[in-house]
Amino acid sequence: MKIVVLMKQVPNTTEMLIDKETGTLIRTGVDSIMNPDDTSALEAALKIKQSNGAEVIVITMGPPQAANMLRECYGRGVDHAMLISDPAFAGADTWATSNTLAAAIKRVQPDLIFAGRQAIDGDTAQVGPQVAERLNIPQITYVSKIVEVTSDFIVVKKHYEDFDETLKVSFPCLLTTLEQLDHLRFMNVTSAWQAFDKPIETVNNQVLMLDAKDIGLKGSPTQVRKTFTRPVSSEVKLIHGGSDEAVKAILSTLAPYIQ
Amino acid sequence: MTKDIFVFIETRNNIIAEVSLQLLSEARKLKAQYAQKGLNHQVVGVLPGYNVENLPATLFNYGADKVILCQHEKLKEATTQHTSKVLSDIIRAFEPDSFLIGATVIGRDIAPRVAARVDTGLTADATIIEVDMASDTSLLLITRPAFGGNLFGTIVCPNFRPQMATIRPNVFEKTEIEAEAGEVVYFETTFDETDWVEILKREVQQAKTNDIAKARIIVSAGRSMAKHLDLIKDFAQTLNAEVGASRGLVETGALGKDVQVGQTGKTVRPLVYIACGISGAVQHTAGMDKAECIIAINSDPNAAIFQIAHVGIVGDAVLILPKLKEELQKILN
Repeated sequence: MKIVVLMKQVPNTTEMLIDKETGTLIRTGVDSIMNPDDTSALEAALKIKQSNGAEVIVITMGPPQAANMLRECYGRGVDHAMLISDPAFAGADTWATSNTLAAAIKRVQPDLIFAGRQAIDGDTAQVGPQVAERLNIPQITYVSKIVEVTSDFIVVKKHYEDFDETLKVSFPCLLTTLEQLDHLRFMNVTSAWQAFDKPIETVNNQVLMLDAKDIGLKGSPTQVRKTFTRPVSSEVKLIHGGSDEAVKAILSTLAPYIQ
Repeated sequence: MTKDIFVFIETRNNIIAEVSLQLLSEARKLKAQYAQKGLNHQVVGVLPGYNVENLPATLFNYGADKVILCQHEKLKEATTQHTSKVLSDIIRAFEPDSFLIGATVIGRDIAPRVAARVDTGLTADATIIEVDMASDTSLLLITRPAFGGNLFGTIVCPNFRPQMATIRPNVFEKTEIEAEAGEVVYFETTFDETDWVEILKREVQQAKTNDIAKARIIVSAGRSMAKHLDLIKDFAQTLNAEVGASRGLVETGALGKDVQVGQTGKTVRPLVYIACGISGAVQHTAGMDKAECIIAINSDPNAAIFQIAHVGIVGDAVLILPKLKEELQKILN
């Protein structure tokens, strides 16, 4: 069995602060991390490798420094790592990104594709389903548990707002995972050392040969007109002092809302 | 030129999802903006389902001018395979100018597939949608948060139609209007014989708390309150409120993901939101800043939560909450 895991290196958005003077994002000093939902996708693939035997191939699209994340994946037990990187792919929205990823995946012909549900920088949750559409294969999103894996099909639990479904789907298919599905294992010391010598296959558009109108910023149907940070309000009434004053202030605020 | 604003109507067991009604009401506002530009856009509810002839009446009451009804046994429940198929076929047949879809689990599952199939742009989790009054086209300006809510982007889709967007529940309000029944258009299409996915089991989640998305009052706790949740729960109970949580607190395992408020949790718009020990990262405030009244308690006077609060208490929630509960009980009795 061949399993592809789609992963993304993202800035740690929980660490991000806004420069109150300029109203812009402070990006210096913010770590790059493995996207949280993708960590459980990787672990799910590695567990299937252990239980059923599989070749696990990690694919990421991004700038050259995303290779660091791929080395980390080698340290955790993947068999092959592919970096899709080309200035021509930069600035892609989800439509153009999924065209590019799907073209790379077609070269691998996997049975099963895992992706994190969404990345914490864009938060769209669109790339997984759009890759599945491009490959014309079934998808199950919001996977919270792997129930059973055979050589022909997989049974998983999908998490809805207020119920769960247990679903069976045949290969090939694409699954997007929730972070809580599983915890990513630690790196093993030997593999971590060996990771530095493992080859990272770099794929650019000379390899994929996609039409310029289907990739990158120019191939993206959506465009960013402007970006801005939230305006800071100064209307707050700050109450310092003891608990009694606090209680009084809260009760008078609550009064109109309680019967 | 393409016309009309289409809204996906999500149903389950013959009940219309609240978000679909909220989107119809919002589409009505867009229709009014278009009218100012001399464009006559209609609001069209797209209703796939089975035995749902009774539902269009409600859709007209929340702003639909017209309903496209597609009934088939395979549409009894929304699925990736069949709902994507019917929405794509409807887009090709009617060529709408825009298409709005609720960002529910199923909405976020099918919208990207449809956008890829009909080759157009899709903006996820929009929080503001407006007609671009400066242009002479029907362009929409669609604003959404990114980077965990730290940054907002206004997205446009100038060269492809429909302009698609998903919108989270409770971002917009539904408004009932006095309307006469509009036109119902019956649409038919074909489906694959074999289903991609087999449903083996469906279970309602255990220990389901009340839905915080519908709460009038929410008492919400940050990571520092993990060891004092009894105080939070007691106070919430006295106030007949629901308990919410920040991502930090949910990560400690003290409360479940279903009460998490924020960019990666739920969007809520209660009358009152009481934030206890929550620092106010934009990640969190993106999910609650539309509350009518925000009361924040935090011992750090520089906490970001005070930037959006209406009343800010600089103090320790652990000390304040028991007294507050006591005084509240006196009033309520």
